[in-house]
Amino acid sequence: MTKPLLEIKNATKIYGGGFLQSGEKVVALQGFDLTIPDKPAKIITIAGESGSGKTTLAHLILGFIDLTSGQILFKGTHIGEMKRSQKLDYRRQVQAVFQDPYAVYNPFYRVKHIYDLVIKNFKLARNKREANDLIENALNAVGLQGEEVLHKYPHQLSGGQRQRMMVARAYLLEPSLIVADEPVSMVDASLRAMILDIMLRLRDESGISFLYITHDLSTAYQIGDEIYLLYQGSTVEKGDTVRVIENPQHPYVQQLIASVPVLDPDQRWDSNISLPDDERLRAHAESGCRFYPRCPQRMDRCLTQQPPLYQVDGLSQQVACYLYDDRPHSAK
Amino acid sequence: MIDTHKSGAGVGSDGWDTVLEVKDLRVHYATSEGDVIAVNGVSFNIYKGELLGLVGESGCGKTTAAMAILRLVQPPGRILNGQAILNGTTDLLSLSKQELRKVRWQEISLIPQGAMNSLNPVMRIKNQIADGIETHEGKQPKKVLKERILKLNTLVGLPTRVYTMYPHELSGGMKQRVCIAMAIALNPSLVIADEPTSALDVIVQRVVAQTLLDIKDRLGVSMLVIGHDMGLMAQLVDRVAVMYAGNLVEIAPVKAVLKEPLHPYSQLLIESIPSIKERKPLKITEGLTHDLRNPPPGCIFQLRCPHVTEKCRVEVPPLQKVDPRHKVACRLYE
Amino acid sequence: MTTTTAEQTVLAKKITPFFKRWHSPWLNGKLLLGLVIFLAMVSIEFVGPLFWDKKLAFMAAAPTNIVPIWVEGIPGPTFKPANPAHPLGTESQGRDMLAVLIVGTPRSLRVGLIGAGLGMLVGIVLGFTAGLLGGWVDSLISTLADVVITIPGLAVLVVIASYIPQVEVINMALIMALFAWPLPTRLIRSQVLSMRERGYIQMAQLSGASTLDIMFKEMMPNLLPYLAASFTGNVSAVILAATGVETLGLGPTRIPTLGMTINNALSFSAIFRGMWWWWSPPMVVLIIIFVSLFLMTIGLDEIANPRLRGAES
Repeated sequence: MTKPLLEIKNATKIYGGGFLQSGEKVVALQGFDLTIPDKPAKIITIAGESGSGKTTLAHLILGFIDLTSGQILFKGTHIGEMKRSQKLDYRRQVQAVFQDPYAVYNPFYRVKHIYDLVIKNFKLARNKREANDLIENALNAVGLQGEEVLHKYPHQLSGGQRQRMMVARAYLLEPSLIVADEPVSMVDASLRAMILDIMLRLRDESGISFLYITHDLSTAYQIGDEIYLLYQGSTVEKGDTVRVIENPQHPYVQQLIASVPVLDPDQRWDSNISLPDDERLRAHAESGCRFYPRCPQRMDRCLTQQPPLYQVDGLSQQVACYLYDDRPHSAK
Repeated sequence: MIDTHKSGAGVGSDGWDTVLEVKDLRVHYATSEGDVIAVNGVSFNIYKGELLGLVGESGCGKTTAAMAILRLVQPPGRILNGQAILNGTTDLLSLSKQELRKVRWQEISLIPQGAMNSLNPVMRIKNQIADGIETHEGKQPKKVLKERILKLNTLVGLPTRVYTMYPHELSGGMKQRVCIAMAIALNPSLVIADEPTSALDVIVQRVVAQTLLDIKDRLGVSMLVIGHDMGLMAQLVDRVAVMYAGNLVEIAPVKAVLKEPLHPYSQLLIESIPSIKERKPLKITEGLTHDLRNPPPGCIFQLRCPHVTEKCRVEVPPLQKVDPRHKVACRLYE
Repeated sequence: MTTTTAEQTVLAKKITPFFKRWHSPWLNGKLLLGLVIFLAMVSIEFVGPLFWDKKLAFMAAAPTNIVPIWVEGIPGPTFKPANPAHPLGTESQGRDMLAVLIVGTPRSLRVGLIGAGLGMLVGIVLGFTAGLLGGWVDSLISTLADVVITIPGLAVLVVIASYIPQVEVINMALIMALFAWPLPTRLIRSQVLSMRERGYIQMAQLSGASTLDIMFKEMMPNLLPYLAASFTGNVSAVILAATGVETLGLGPTRIPTLGMTINNALSFSAIFRGMWWWWSPPMVVLIIIFVSLFLMTIGLDEIANPRLRGAES
């Protein structure tokens, strides 16, 4: 059996609170597990609101920050223990598309610079002609032509074009995994479909898996295969996208999905929800379920310890909530 | 002469109780290569006690139009033409600076984009709201002021203790509700809210939207809600005005626009919104295709319209009534 | 597809290239004016000797105490009448003032440019290191820079200069550099810290760029206006400090500099005796140099920080 493409085991990231550091302790991510198989290619959604830890997860996987504890294994090798050449290979295999289509371009250079960088550093071409062919090919894959865009400066292109060029850049490297952190949230509504469609095509035609990080459950519902829902650093529900979104089990996820505005004025939000006074919930390493203060179905038990993931529908839907403690649970 | 009579709306030219009547608003931005036509002859009415949503993608001119109504357009932008008649009597665009200052905040107020990040970080909430009130109404006796502010707090659903807190101690949703409180402090007839929920989490967004609806019900204040999220509009507003590249292309009750959008752009916009109820193939479209400095002659949407004809390329379709409250600017409905 | 054709037709009329945009901010009025004046000062070194004899700048090269040519008569008993051979007059040790300016100005400029240049170089190295590495390295460098800033530079410089027997331009520049490095270090460190989090830097890291690549190819080009503004500001500071030290008599004695000339003038009671043409030419030149550098710094500040430009941005 081939090793999984990416395996995250019990990943935890804690900021601050140490002896020499300023600031209070913030548990950004706790005990996070994720497995992306080598084949077939999948789009795995990591969904959550601000403070959920999804951006921290992206930065951990991309190697911008280090884990406090736990492991991230890429094809069996822990990324913290990689040698330089392995790290370079990792960088090539795991690429990214970020949220802000403007900030990712160096304003000093023309947009072609982003392609030159990768071709040079990863030695993707032997001469200029090969390089230009590679670039043109990648641009065509996202629906752009080289002569229209390559000579321009970032501010001369539209947000949609810039974001597509970023996807083309990732494609150029033929990675196994692309981490897409809110790739469409800063793009106009009518253009989002184009970029999401590119992601689907890359999955189907080029076998590239995606880690789609977002707060927008509607798009997650449309293109995700699997979904992980995070709340304040912990996974509260995970499983098959359609199952989870059509039939959420965790109280937080239920509330979340009920709050997504539906495009039908006849189906307005039925009840007023109110957030408790103490909205500023800091993610301290308290024991117990993080959602306790806001949960309409909380029990005393929830304060004692964080609930493990219970299998509500086999492995297709798992929920971290004591309401389901009669089901089998995955070992933590 | 300004009419500071606050009993409510005047009667607009179409016979309904109108709070704001915008006529042929035009705003241009000067650039080194010619004027960008940001708002191109936009006209609409806001009726008493309603929430009107102004929807469109980035660059369509919705924020510019709102800023123009309040005369907050800065150079290189300039208002070429237009009227914004408040309560049937006062044209905001022709008032003197002094008269305008009296009207601002007392008759018409604004919750700008990113307002929650613009709260003064070194002032307590109570002082910021007090500041706003006293600037326009003069010094107030302390006890009366405190009562007023506490009442405002409750109106927007904030707990009492927020009164003495600093902005950084509050969450995003709470800060936004403070901004709403400030906007309604002087009981205006109209509040303009620019992207009031765009930076907020989904659940908080719902709470803030509920707050806006609460205020409409309790105070009878009308609102112009600017946004790009059609889903939110569906839940919040009564009527929707759709803008594309500086032009108003459709205006109708929200149900009509969502169930049966008439203008091809409205149709495109609505189709491209992913649903959380049903999985279906994505609808792919091109983006804005013309240079805002050089719009095509004729209909503004001709470069992207699947139903375009020769007539569309030369003649600008006027905004016409299809129903008593539904107007479209498209030759398909002439 | 009709859409694509229309898009291309419109694209043909698109915005003019980056060249126009990038150069407009660089064509800042203050920067250009300052630059022109500064270059005029620099050119004295090359143009001057074509018209005038440099040897007249040395002691006893000309008759002493001649008044400048536009002065009528003799303002005092010790002075000699104006002589066209010495348009700016001469001083009490027989140096021709015009020649002194031609010889002294380049030397002061050199001290400024080399001293500030060295300071910038050290500042770039330390600033980048502190900003990129962080941790204790950053703390060490920052604390060191802060300490040096608080030390009264001129006092220390005077002490050091008084110990060095032969204070030539290079020595003076090196001494000045000792106090010119902390501010550039701080500036570059803070810029690097803010740039480190930018999207394009993260992208460069993901693209396999080495730390050196990131420093020089990604960050530097965007730092150029800041670096340039810091440099011109430093040149000003170094020239001022060097002139200050020289005015106290701690400069080169054989070949005149602007500061030493002032020092000589003071030693010979030129002010008291009314020999204004001894101490004012160097001062005028220094003022011109400072003003030109100031204009350049302000102009570069405006380029670096578009918000300072006013309404147009």
